[in-house]
Amino acid sequence: MSAMLLPKDKWPEFTGRLAGKNLFAPALQGGIKKFAPVAAGDTVTLDEGNTTVPPKALLFPQTETLFRFAEGEEGMELPAIDEAAVLLGVRPCDARAMAIVDKLFRWDYEDPYYLKRRELATIIGLACSEPCLNCFCTSVGGGPASTEGLDILMVDLGESYLLEGLTDKGQALLDEFKDLLQEAGADALQRKEQLAQEAAAKIKRSVDTAGIPEALPGLWEDPLWQRVSAACLGCGICTYLCPTCHCFDIQDEVEGAAGRRCRMWDSCMYAEYTKHTSGHNPRPTRRERTRNRINHKYSYYVDKFGVIACVGCGRCSNLCPVNIDLIDILRQVKAAP
Amino acid sequence: MKNQGNPYIPHTATIVDTWYETGGERCIKTFKVVFDDPAVRESWSHRPGQCAMIGVLGVGESMISISSSPTEEGYLRFSVMKAGKVTTALHQLEAGDKMTVRGPYGNSFPVEEWKGKKILTIGGGIGQAPLRPIVEYVKANMKDYAGLTMIYGARTSGDLCFKNEFAEAAKCEGVCCHLSIDVAEEGWPHYVGFVPSLLMEVSPSPENTIAITCGPPIMIRFVLENLKKLNFADEQIYTTLENRMKCGIGKCGRCNAGHLYVCKDGPVFSYAQLKNVPEAFA
Repeated sequence: MSAMLLPKDKWPEFTGRLAGKNLFAPALQGGIKKFAPVAAGDTVTLDEGNTTVPPKALLFPQTETLFRFAEGEEGMELPAIDEAAVLLGVRPCDARAMAIVDKLFRWDYEDPYYLKRRELATIIGLACSEPCLNCFCTSVGGGPASTEGLDILMVDLGESYLLEGLTDKGQALLDEFKDLLQEAGADALQRKEQLAQEAAAKIKRSVDTAGIPEALPGLWEDPLWQRVSAACLGCGICTYLCPTCHCFDIQDEVEGAAGRRCRMWDSCMYAEYTKHTSGHNPRPTRRERTRNRINHKYSYYVDKFGVIACVGCGRCSNLCPVNIDLIDILRQVKAAP
Repeated sequence: MKNQGNPYIPHTATIVDTWYETGGERCIKTFKVVFDDPAVRESWSHRPGQCAMIGVLGVGESMISISSSPTEEGYLRFSVMKAGKVTTALHQLEAGDKMTVRGPYGNSFPVEEWKGKKILTIGGGIGQAPLRPIVEYVKANMKDYAGLTMIYGARTSGDLCFKNEFAEAAKCEGVCCHLSIDVAEEGWPHYVGFVPSLLMEVSPSPENTIAITCGPPIMIRFVLENLKKLNFADEQIYTTLENRMKCGIGKCGRCNAGHLYVCKDGPVFSYAQLKNVPEAFA
């Protein structure tokens, strides 16, 4: 694996050539920052902050076809997932989220749709220099220059970008750009460490997560769940745009004599999510649903996969229309008897 | 070992026989199905207690317990209550029609561990469907077990599933059947009352016995209480849970009861596993 420098004057050529590889990068689309396809000739600008829609949407689309079927036809037609892609400018928290979600989609029954897209994607991360309002990645095992889930880590050194190959896939991509890159010296790597430390020091929000997974089972009936869910509207944004939320619904769509079975994002914050056909609902109110959301991320996932299913990106707190704040919930969990 | 292939693609199966177990708005219909692909017929194997996603293309899928025992070879049986969109579409199917099946999913009753023991099933309504494979399995391997007692009830005699099978089973050596209905009917020769009360009436000894219960949540709650009164240990009591499911393979998220996924960790649980999971009986 190598560490290379990309002088900034080579950036247009670098991204121009990447554009031929089915490139996605952060862009404003309809006023929302998300990963969008980059065409040859497009300018790619990596500014501060993160996308509103996490890059999970490229690996686990909001709606996707599982298979198609038609009346009178034997068998089912599978969608082709065969196009390699490069994701440029993924923040370390969102890449960590992919590594966390990988565990679920690889567990026992492999999910061929997600895993195929994951395999075909090369993830180029961008280390953070300025935290957003509610970033708290350093509280949950991440950091501004964390490499988990990435193939290449990119660090803005001012006059150039440092590009570190982290996986064979990432290294192979870097090898294709040798003509634009120079070997990075020890000073560049030192500068990277220094920048990462400075960025981490700027993160204002934190919570000590030690002991939370162990404490949660004992807080099942604690009044905190009523308190923290009282304002909830059940809109589900905290889950839809969470980079580790992976729950989905499966529905059939039919038009004429043909149809498709598709899956789409679903949310544990919705009543329908767990409602039985009989009308009985094991999680009848937002109190139970909020409790499940926090337990799933901070207890059940830890039980099953050994890691907290939260990367501290702050989206749930940023986007909640009634200002429910995950860090506040976690602090209440810590403070509960 | 990893499960290979695309787990979301169902197999097609043809319904070879179908009949109604009960009548009414929420009637229960039993389907006997055979896979269309001979290779699937060959490779399919399930254990008592497992479930399958059955469905109709264009409508959807539901997780239904496989109500036939692996000892009943050559077909699968499902008993389905007409309740929602998918089950209503399934009820419209007749012999010769196709449905889709994928699975089998979940864990199963530990029938090997239970060898040498007396098996006691306590069912209510459609809850007898997941218990049927254990009943049939034990009946087919009677020499391995110390006896089989079945307690089963429903609201009315018309709501009892597998009536003929109970009558047949009662004739077998080592098998005891106790039936109940909630309110008296003319000519009803068996118990009148709720299943938990019938359990106390029968008053089975916990000695060398495994009790398995399935039915409406309220029934399960009182059956568990009564089994404790009869001195059954938590490890001697089993139940099979259900929750709304979409994928059946531990991905879609919704079927968890606390940290347990009903589809993967269940549906079969001992009371020892569940008693500290508050959501299990929610």
